[in-house]
Amino acid sequence: MKLLDIKNLSLRINTAPILHNVSLTMQPGEITAITGESGSGKSMTALAIMGLLPQGAVPGGQIMLDGTDILQTPEPALCKMRGNTMGMVFQEPMTALNPLQTIGAQVAETILIHEKTTKAQAHASAAAMLQRVGLDQPPSRYPHELSGGQRQRVCIAMAIARHPKLLIADEPTTALDVTTQARILALLRGIVRDFDMGLLLITHDLAVVADVADRIVVMEKGRVVETGPTQHLLQNMQHPYTRALFAASTHRVDLPAHKAAPPLLTVRGVTRAYPPSRKTLLGPRHRFKALDDVSFHIDHGERVGLVGESGSGKSTLTRAILGLEAVQQGQITLDGQPVFTGHKPNIAVRRQMQVVFQDPYSSFNPRHRVARLITEPFHLLENPPNGAARDRAIANALRDVGLSPDDANKYIHEFSGGQRQRIAIARALIVQPELIIFDEAVSALDVSVRAQVLDLIADLCRKRPLAYLFISHDLSVVRSITDRVLVMQAGKIVEQGATETVLTRPRHPYTQSLIAAAPRLPATGAA
Amino acid sequence: MIRYTLGRLTSLTVSLIVASLVIFAVIEVIPGDPAAFMLGVNARPDTIAALRAEMGLDQPLFQRYFAWVAGMLQGDFGTSWTYKTPVADLISARIWVSLPLAAYALILSTAIAFPAGIYAASRRGGAGDITIMGATQLGVAIPNFWFAMILVLIFAVNLRWFSAGGFPGWGNPALALKSLTLPAIALALPQAAILARVMRSSLLDMLGEDFIRTARAKGLTRRQALWRHAVRNALIPVLTILGLQFSFLLAGGIIIEQVFFLPGLGRLIFQSISARDLIVVESVVMLLVFLVIVVNFAVDLAYAAVDPRLRRR
Amino acid sequence: MRARNLIIGAALTAVFIALAVMSFFWTPYDIATLDIPGRLKTPGAAHLLGTDHFGRDILSMIMMGARTSIAVALVAVGIGMALGIPLGLLAAARHGSLLDEIIMRGNDLIFAFPSLVIAILITAVFGASAVNAIIAIGIFNVPVFARLTRSAALPLWERDFILAARVCGKSAARISVEHILPNIANLMIVQGTIQFSLGILAEAALSYIGLGAQPPTASWGRMLADAQTLVSIAPHVALIPGFAILLMVLGLNLLGDGLRDWLDPRLRVARV
Repeated sequence: MKLLDIKNLSLRINTAPILHNVSLTMQPGEITAITGESGSGKSMTALAIMGLLPQGAVPGGQIMLDGTDILQTPEPALCKMRGNTMGMVFQEPMTALNPLQTIGAQVAETILIHEKTTKAQAHASAAAMLQRVGLDQPPSRYPHELSGGQRQRVCIAMAIARHPKLLIADEPTTALDVTTQARILALLRGIVRDFDMGLLLITHDLAVVADVADRIVVMEKGRVVETGPTQHLLQNMQHPYTRALFAASTHRVDLPAHKAAPPLLTVRGVTRAYPPSRKTLLGPRHRFKALDDVSFHIDHGERVGLVGESGSGKSTLTRAILGLEAVQQGQITLDGQPVFTGHKPNIAVRRQMQVVFQDPYSSFNPRHRVARLITEPFHLLENPPNGAARDRAIANALRDVGLSPDDANKYIHEFSGGQRQRIAIARALIVQPELIIFDEAVSALDVSVRAQVLDLIADLCRKRPLAYLFISHDLSVVRSITDRVLVMQAGKIVEQGATETVLTRPRHPYTQSLIAAAPRLPATGAA
Repeated sequence: MIRYTLGRLTSLTVSLIVASLVIFAVIEVIPGDPAAFMLGVNARPDTIAALRAEMGLDQPLFQRYFAWVAGMLQGDFGTSWTYKTPVADLISARIWVSLPLAAYALILSTAIAFPAGIYAASRRGGAGDITIMGATQLGVAIPNFWFAMILVLIFAVNLRWFSAGGFPGWGNPALALKSLTLPAIALALPQAAILARVMRSSLLDMLGEDFIRTARAKGLTRRQALWRHAVRNALIPVLTILGLQFSFLLAGGIIIEQVFFLPGLGRLIFQSISARDLIVVESVVMLLVFLVIVVNFAVDLAYAAVDPRLRRR
Repeated sequence: MRARNLIIGAALTAVFIALAVMSFFWTPYDIATLDIPGRLKTPGAAHLLGTDHFGRDILSMIMMGARTSIAVALVAVGIGMALGIPLGLLAAARHGSLLDEIIMRGNDLIFAFPSLVIAILITAVFGASAVNAIIAIGIFNVPVFARLTRSAALPLWERDFILAARVCGKSAARISVEHILPNIANLMIVQGTIQFSLGILAEAALSYIGLGAQPPTASWGRMLADAQTLVSIAPHVALIPGFAILLMVLGLNLLGDGLRDWLDPRLRVARV
């Protein structure tokens, strides 16, 4: 018997159509992955199975789960099924737990809701379940005392406490570091095997899908475009969207070769420690070193990558290079001039550096027009262009990043995420800096848009030699867009060298673990 | 927890010291010669001199300040110039009207606002929600002293359920409570309206949080998720308002006492202002500010009791 | 529903502002002339809202009172905004510094002095007047705006567009004015409306207990104080000024809520 059988599921929220005739089936104990870009309707499909659709949602069709049609089941009966027949894990472990309750109590609640049992027994089972998911913390902990990976383990324990037949995981590892992701995925696989549970994994990441899933369902704009067993589907992609998605995920840009040049940015022995904080009243003061004796350089026209997990010191380093934060030891110089003179950032140096941030939605003042947004760096110039010269500079900058000069009079909310990152690049380029820092600049973008933005960067490098520091947690992105790569861990640079060399023959154990943990797409027969 | 409490205690002490300095400066420094000010333009020089001596005005400022603070710490608030009795006695006779009134009103306000706010949030957009929100919109706009007058008109003058004013003393607690009931209602309802609105919007915020979705995915009903997960989280911002409300109830009580002719601190302070008895004004104001600061300290401790994230710091 | 709040609120507010403005040029009767034989008349053709215990026309008093209420509340909110917003911007720009700490502790301290207590202190030393009411309410408004500005500005400082502006070498002051202020302006307008309504209530309370505007200045609070003993004989004398306060405050609150829903429903307004 099928565990899950969705037939012609359609959905609109108020008047907006979200899903069209979605059909898919799952066998017990099977791992099925739904993949697609944002707006494909994959999360809504998951919520529909849970019976947790938002207000104003009008579903149609049939969702048979373990012999029950979810869409025809009244709410009280659905409550009895949730947590019991199907459980769900969400994307953001930092906010998914009630901050005021211990994790043990929150796991025990799943049991107490559905079983007639004593509180003590429920707590004992909860503790056992927390151990099963590999949490090395006592159940008396509160969520804020745990890391993201640990919290996600708690969420999983909560979802499977009653051994449901179907576990839905909506982007369960997207908010986590790559090594943590690998461990959580391994845990999910183990649980599915041990509990003979079906897992419906929702993810945008094709590499994760290829690593974990038995079957793949590819969705685009609310429709299922292709489905099949993982290996078979990856070898015989039929639908053009699947192929495009796959091509974008493995996209390699064509970067012009870098010619040897004198050093541009030099970072020497930089240390930045944050003020000590005491954990207990009389305990020792812990001095937290965000940057610990960091040294490296970037040559003129050289493209350097910086990889590391959250908390490794990447953002502190960015801020230090940009002169936004003073360092306690060491020196950062650009073309021989210090970024900081005394305690004041050096304007002449700042003029030579610009930055592109990660989040296309928070990078711009929503109240200014594009023309004003991208000319903000003119503030650094002694004689900023004005009048016709300014208009020309704006038009050129927009054209350079593939936008139209007419876009100058629009507000930022009129643009998509990918277009916004183009505007951010235009803003960075308008003063023709020597060095650009891309701070996770493509991490928030869908794969197809990401590929386009990476191509744009390569294009710009062809037009004029451009040096940049490309910061990313994603090794596959860094691979083709940089000449050289630095690997950072706990405030230290543990390995650096030519990108291809480091990624194929890592020497430091940390780099090795990063590369081992990264999910990989198999070579395909996409033809 | 100890560290947090110590931190709050320090800030309580600093607040009290600065507040006392401000009050001392306004009352004893700004008027120039407080004795001459209190006695008015027609006072005889020897009377002024007598008062100056009694108030210790011939001493340097900082000495007077320390004497005042030291006195208060020992329960000595000086002697009233108009009543010729120790201010401490004047206050202790009246504070047992003002404090119970504020507490009574706070209890009423909470008892009305919490259920109303929770009900409205759980029925968002429904008829109950719209009715409650409409009522709170009126409640927020109503001046409490005018509301008090209307209560007197209806329940004392027309229905004769309550007396229109006065206070029989705590000899008969039931009667005393009864005479404080109309004033407490007048004070409580407008505050309850504000509190209910804060409770509702805070709850609605919480209901949109991820952990509520997690709770629903565990199999909790909407109602269970609301009561077990949203309410306690929603209390955190509500506590802030509750702390502020106490100071409004205390201050508002001063006004309401006027409507109901209650012999509380309000009456004392207004009589002292018109009699220019700065000694009484200074002490009563310090007492009011002391109460507000202490209540805010208690609110800070309540935060920590509700929120484990604060206990660690 | 949203538009309805905005329209009703704006209409009520406009009526009272119109009455107040009109009082500068014309009132039905002169409120300085007493007419003892014609006192305590119920509303009728000659006196639309009746007369008080001195035979003064209540409509004219309401118009003059509106002027006092609006003037006091408006100036008080102005003081609160003019001092509070820059302090809040400064505290946010220097987040975590000693200056931030001092500003915020100062705010906490003022919150320990309800505006009534400030009024008591001022009156005890300087005597009662409308100016005292303005100062007392104004001082109380400072921390309201300072806190709100700071709490709205802090998350903005974490946003990437502020970092980008810093990369472009802009100073904290320039960023505060150019980037922070326009993004919190809506919130300030909405909160300003709410504080305006609270100012009307506070002015009425202060003049009711005699700490606000003094005779012969007309004020709604004083009218209520005068009417208190007459409640059972001539209820309209006490009811009308109360309704005036109620409607004006209700109008401003509806206007504030309507503005918020219209500008940005997610704005977090502080109500104290």
